[in-house]
Amino acid sequence: MTGSGGIWRDFARRLLRNRLAAAGGLVILFFFLVAAFPALFTSRNPDRIDVSVILQPPSAAHPLGTDDLGRDVLARVVYGARVSMKVGFVAVGIATAIGLVIGLLSGFYGGRVDAVLMRFVDIMLCFPTFFLILSVIAFLSPSIVNIMAVIGLTGWMGVARLVRAETLSLKERDFVAAARAQGAGTARIVFRHILPNALAPVLVSATLGVAGAILTESALSFLGIGVQPPTPSWGNILTIGKNYIEFAWWLSLFPGLAILFTVLGYNLLGEGIRDAADPRLSGR
Amino acid sequence: MLRFIVRRLLLTIPLLVGISLISFLMIHLAPGGPISIATDLNPRATADARARLEKYYGLDRPLHVQYARWLERMATLDFGDSFSPDGRPVAQKIRERIPITLTINVLSMGLILLVAIPIGIYSAVHRGSLFDRASTVFVFTGFSIPTFWLALLLMILFGVKLGWLPISGIGSLDYQSLGLAGKIADRARHLLLPVLLAGFSGLAGMSRYMRSNMLEVIRQDYIASARAKGLPERKVVYRHAMRNAVLPVITILGLSVPDLLGGSVIFETIFAIPGMGQLFYQGVMSRDYPLIMGILTIGAFLTLLGNLLADVGYALADPRIRQG
Repeated sequence: MTGSGGIWRDFARRLLRNRLAAAGGLVILFFFLVAAFPALFTSRNPDRIDVSVILQPPSAAHPLGTDDLGRDVLARVVYGARVSMKVGFVAVGIATAIGLVIGLLSGFYGGRVDAVLMRFVDIMLCFPTFFLILSVIAFLSPSIVNIMAVIGLTGWMGVARLVRAETLSLKERDFVAAARAQGAGTARIVFRHILPNALAPVLVSATLGVAGAILTESALSFLGIGVQPPTPSWGNILTIGKNYIEFAWWLSLFPGLAILFTVLGYNLLGEGIRDAADPRLSGR
Repeated sequence: MLRFIVRRLLLTIPLLVGISLISFLMIHLAPGGPISIATDLNPRATADARARLEKYYGLDRPLHVQYARWLERMATLDFGDSFSPDGRPVAQKIRERIPITLTINVLSMGLILLVAIPIGIYSAVHRGSLFDRASTVFVFTGFSIPTFWLALLLMILFGVKLGWLPISGIGSLDYQSLGLAGKIADRARHLLLPVLLAGFSGLAGMSRYMRSNMLEVIRQDYIASARAKGLPERKVVYRHAMRNAVLPVITILGLSVPDLLGGSVIFETIFAIPGMGQLFYQGVMSRDYPLIMGILTIGAFLTLLGNLLADVGYALADPRIRQG
C-alpha cells in the first residue's frame, strides 16, 4: 500500500497549495472549534433572558448586541454553530450512504435493477426538493432530528447518479477484470476495487452537500419550520431579526455572516478537493 | 422532430405515474393514514370535514381501487377541498396564486440569462483576468449566501434606511386608483427585489456553467481551424464558439425550475407576495394536507414540464439531438 500512500500525499499537497481551499478548510476548522468548545468563545449563557437589556445594539458587554428577550446574540450565534455543524454532517451522511448503496447497486448490476433504480431517481428529482422537505415536515413535526433525516432522505439522488456513473466506467477497467480473474468475489470487487476509486467525486459532492444542507436548515429554521426556539440556530435568530428589521440590524447581520462564512468554507474546500483529486480540471 | 417530441412525451408517462404513486403513498404512509393526520393534528377539521375526507379518499375501498381513484383525480387536477375555514377547492386556490409565482420566476430566468451568459463568456475568454477573478468571487459568494438573508439586508438598505422600495406585497394601498402607467410602475417597484433575489443564486450557477462550457468549446479543433484560416478573434469567439457554448444553457434553465419553485416559498413569505409559494407555506403551517399535496403535485408537474420544454428546445436548436 506504499503506492496509495503516495497518491494521498500528492492529493494533500495539491489541496494545501490551493490557497482558497486551505482558507475554506481553516474557516470550517474554526467553526468546528466554536461548536465543540463554545465556552471558549463566550462566557454567557445563550438562553439567559434579561429584560433589562432588550434589543441593545452591539456594546462592550454584548459584542453582537442582544435580542428581543435580552439574550446575548454572540452567545446564541456561538451555540447556533452546533446545530449547523450537526445538521450538515448527519444529513449529508444519510444522503451519501443512500446514494452510495443505490449507485453501486445500479452501476454494478445494471440491467433491470439499474432501470428500476434510475427511474426512481428520476421520479424523486421531479419533486422540487424544498417542496418535498416542507411536505414531509408538515406530516412530522419540526425538530433537529426530523430536519436532518428529511434533508438526508431528499438529497441522495445526485450522489446515486454520480456513483452509478463511476461504477459503470470502473467495472469495465482492466484492474477489475484482473481482480475477477484472480477469483475475487463480488463483495471484494465492489468494496476493494470499485468503491475506493469512486470516492473522490463522492467526497467532493459530500463537501458541497454539507454547504447545501446548512443553507436548507437555516432557511427552514428562518421560516419557523426548522430548529425550534429556544434552541438557538442561525436561521431562527434571523427570524427575530426580520421581526425587528426596522430597528435592530445586528440581529439580521451577524447570524447571516456566520452562515455565509461556513457555507463559503465548505464550497471552497469542496472545489479544492475536486481540483486536487483531478488536476486536469483545475481552473474550470 | 415530431417523432422526437412524441418519444419524449411517452417517456414522461412513467414519471407521471411515479409522481402520483409517491404522493399517494406519502399521504397513506403518514402515521394513522390520511384521516387521522387530518383530524388529530388539525383542530379545525370538523366531523363534516372528516366525512368529506373519507369520501374523497374512498377509504372503504381496497388500496388499488383507492389509487386508481387518486390517479383519476390527479389527471383532472382535483385535489379536494382545503382544510382552511373557507373550505374552497385546492385547485381553485392554486389557480388564483400561480400567475404571480410564474411571473416572478420567468422574469428572474430572463435576468439570469441576460446577466450570466455575458459574464460567463467574458470570464472564459479573458481567463485569469481581474474580471474573471472578480466574477469567481461573485460566483462563490452567490453559491454560499443564504438568499433569505440577502433579502433581509436589501430590505434594511432599500426599504428601511433609504426608503426607496416597498418591502412587502405586490401593490401599494392606492394601487386601484393609479393609472395604467402608475400601476405598472408600482408593480415593478414591488417586484424588483423579489425578482433580483429569486435569480441571484441561479445567476451564480449559470455564469459558472457558461464559463466552463466556453472554456471547453474554445479548446475544440474547429475553433483552432477558424483561427488558422485568419478569422478575427472577435468573430471566432462570438460567432463560432459562443453558439455551441450557449446551447446547453437551455437544458440548465429547464433543470432550474424546481429550485426556483422552492425558492418562491422563501421569497413570497419574506416579501408577503400572494403567490403559490406563500400559499404552500401557509398550508404547511396550518397542516392543510389537501393543499400541501396539491401544490407538491403541481410543483412536480411544472418540473416535468420544464424538463420537457428544455429537451424540445434543445432538439429544435441542435439537429444532432433530434436525430440521435
